[in-house]
Amino acid sequence: MQYPWNTGYCLIKIKHTMAAHSDHSNDFHQTGEIPKAQTKVIWKTFFILVALTAVEFLFAFTMDAGTLRNAIFIVLTIFKAFYIVAEFMHLKHETKALVWSIIIPLALIMWLMVALISEGSYYFDSITNYFN
Amino acid sequence: MSTSTTLEEPKTGTWDGGNEPLKASYGKLMMWFFLLSDAFTFGAFLIVYGLSRHSHLPYTGSPEDFQFSTEWWPIPEKVFNAFPGFHGVDLPLAFVALMTMILILSSVTMVLAVEAGHRMDKNDVQKWLLWTILFGGTFLGCQAWEWTHFIVGTDEGMLMADGSRVFGANMTMNQYGPPLFANLFFFITGFHGFHVTIGWVLLVIAFISTVNGVYHKRGHYEMVEKIGLYWHFVDLVWVFVFTFFYLI
Repeated sequence: MQYPWNTGYCLIKIKHTMAAHSDHSNDFHQTGEIPKAQTKVIWKTFFILVALTAVEFLFAFTMDAGTLRNAIFIVLTIFKAFYIVAEFMHLKHETKALVWSIIIPLALIMWLMVALISEGSYYFDSITNYFN
Repeated sequence: MSTSTTLEEPKTGTWDGGNEPLKASYGKLMMWFFLLSDAFTFGAFLIVYGLSRHSHLPYTGSPEDFQFSTEWWPIPEKVFNAFPGFHGVDLPLAFVALMTMILILSSVTMVLAVEAGHRMDKNDVQKWLLWTILFGGTFLGCQAWEWTHFIVGTDEGMLMADGSRVFGANMTMNQYGPPLFANLFFFITGFHGFHVTIGWVLLVIAFISTVNGVYHKRGHYEMVEKIGLYWHFVDLVWVFVFTFFYLI
């Protein structure tokens, strides 16, 4: 009997070997032509990441610390995270179901962040204003 | 009786089995969900950093007048301003900028190795894995130096009320600020460094396997892809550590 997971595994193998080269796919010595590298998007993403980091340093040295500067840092960080996850980790090109099953749980982190940081502020406020 | 002979149409929907609804292999899916759980761990660490920072007195004076004190939370540009070979020179965030660049570069060489794997180009996979191992190792070396400097401390240290001075950092006391500051530095960058170390070991194993032709015989370089996912995640975590620990 053919189990679904077995077929799944075979599909993967076939997909990979066919994408690479159709003949002698299991040969140790490569006989077919190796396609040319497609690295344009990779280097473009790299330069975007470098540029975003450079902008972060620019703000770190030219702007006084404050809520606005922190907000700029966080926005730039989210952009950087997007490029790493979408392009380098290839999530942008996966199925919708996979994309959402990774992204939606992360929304819980945002909730925890807001909850605990306001908790910290409240704790500080209590210590300084009510016990001194 | 008649019902038993009726042939039911087999279900062929996306989630009815016999196919891959997420169009990704078992190993890659498991890596994704492991990384999701790891994101929760790192998220919790960074959120505790935010909580601790907000429950301490912030330093509101100008950066020039800043002095280390257990009273207030330190500003990162005055803590992380050392560079190897430039003893005593104030170079705010210069070393961490270098570390960030090295890790981004290692991420690029990693994705180039994955791309070469798709083309079954064994030589290119070897070449880019080796670059990634090199950059990853350099990053770990930088982190070791950063930790050493953080633990040993600066020449001035922190002046205490009784006139004595505290140098460097440990788990109970540090010259930079409240004890929690050093604890969180050790835990967050330490846990990240631990991840980089694991990733580095995996890269070395993948490199040896590639050289021996293991993946080529297998017909695909999916293992390189899975290690690549992990390596990019480590870079991603650094992006957040960098922002929340060193910039804000």
